[in-house]
Amino acid sequence: MTTLTKRFGDRVAFEDVSLEVGRGEVFGFLGPNGAGKTTMVRTLGALIAPTSGSATVAGLALTEENAVSIRDRIAVMPETPGLYLRLTVAENLECFAGLYGVRDPHARIAHVLSAVGLTDRAAEPCGKLSKGLRQRVSLARVMLNDAEVVFLDEPTSGLDPEASREVYEIIQGLGDRGVTVFLTTHRLDEAERLCHRVALLNTTLRAVGRPDELRARLFGAGVEIRTRLPLADPAGVFAGLPGVDAWEQQGPTTYLLTVSDASASAPEAVRALVAAGADVLSLTQSRHSLEDVYLSLISGDTEQGEP
Amino acid sequence: MSVDAGRIRAIYRKELREYRRTSTIVATMMALPVGVATFPLLFVLSMPTSAAHTLQGDPLIVLLGIPALVPTTIAAYAVVGERTQGSLEPVLTTAIPGDELLLAKALAALLPSLVVSYGVFALFALITTVFAHPGVAAAVLSWQDVSVQILFTPLLAVLTIWIGIAVSTRTTDVRVAQQLAALAGLPILLVCYLVAFDVIPASIAVAVVLAVVLVVADLLGWRVVSVAFDRERLITSTR
Repeated sequence: MTTLTKRFGDRVAFEDVSLEVGRGEVFGFLGPNGAGKTTMVRTLGALIAPTSGSATVAGLALTEENAVSIRDRIAVMPETPGLYLRLTVAENLECFAGLYGVRDPHARIAHVLSAVGLTDRAAEPCGKLSKGLRQRVSLARVMLNDAEVVFLDEPTSGLDPEASREVYEIIQGLGDRGVTVFLTTHRLDEAERLCHRVALLNTTLRAVGRPDELRARLFGAGVEIRTRLPLADPAGVFAGLPGVDAWEQQGPTTYLLTVSDASASAPEAVRALVAAGADVLSLTQSRHSLEDVYLSLISGDTEQGEP
Repeated sequence: MSVDAGRIRAIYRKELREYRRTSTIVATMMALPVGVATFPLLFVLSMPTSAAHTLQGDPLIVLLGIPALVPTTIAAYAVVGERTQGSLEPVLTTAIPGDELLLAKALAALLPSLVVSYGVFALFALITTVFAHPGVAAAVLSWQDVSVQILFTPLLAVLTIWIGIAVSTRTTDVRVAQQLAALAGLPILLVCYLVAFDVIPASIAVAVVLAVVLVVADLLGWRVVSVAFDRERLITSTR
């Protein structure tokens, strides 16, 4: 997509978003509530028209003329499952198999039910299922038409950890089959676990990349050292070390070095510590979480947005 | 214009399954016809044979109020009902165009409407034949009146279905949609009563003109409602 923008009157849902998602990639779209994630899914799903900019979805230009063809090649799972609660699981899927024009719908329905572990619940009305099971039915629905691109909008919203884990496995299964998955979430652990790359959106695009790339880009590499006793002269030990850009003491016996290459700097640091007579308890490569990246990029916006 | 029969069948079957399992729809569809048919039935049963020769107007026409009212209860639910329960968006993410979706919903609303309308008419005819004075029964159930009943029932039902669906696409509350759609069907009911009480004299010419008007309105209804079906507004707007 190139400079894709959607406005509702004066309100900007998202603006000037440019990025590319490769075939077979599991791509995460992160952002706070109101960041424009759901509108982005609806736009790319040819449900609503962009205000400006351009995009290609499943090989087709995102235009009004191509909207039906695009919707034929993709599948969208909205944030709420939107099932027919009076109909059984199988009847829900049968309806959508008909809408997708699935050949041999009964075999296909049996296949997707098996994929989401709901074969034995096929005859149950959806209204009697738990939230987690409804989410699984919704996932089965997006698997019906062998879509090239699947959009999942907050697929684990409101689910407990066990139900979330089951959904993760299904999403990983989609990725393993080469389906392009476009996943919106504000659960950072989910994105870190499932996505090859992530984008941070808060009306405008803040960053795109692999989670480790974003961490390195924002925070650099770090080495955390713990000693048995506090160092008498930590500046004398760390300041002149090659490859160490900065250091700070994080506790009585804990030191964090900011380095350009952890594998080169760590042995140097150990040698310097031993030479200084320190007892080294541990030396680990420190790892900023995706949450750190997210908060670094987004929290400033929230503060700015407040009156 | 080409339509995909498979997609229409999918929505049609789903709608019928939902109707059957929604007790409020079933109850409304049973109660309304009883309310409409009771008055003309009592009127016919209480008439002496001598009155058959002086019968003015057509009490049978009142039964056309059934196809003018019953379909609105389900048609008005068609879009806004799905919208409020969150099931509209998943359907709109598929390749089904708006006009196909609306046609499928209209056809699904038509079937139970016809079953109820013709069913009540058949029951009315049976009770009249058995319990009314023979002269009255013959006057009320003349072939012209029965033909009007058979012809106008689907024409009126289709029109009120399009009115109901049109209201359904523009409202956000099921109850409001059903009330507005019922209100919109009242002028049709009024015309039926005016004919029944001979204010508008029933004649073949009047029947032909009304039939032509209804056929045109039925065909235009699909086009008009399809144009008014705004996918983006239905998904993003709260109004």
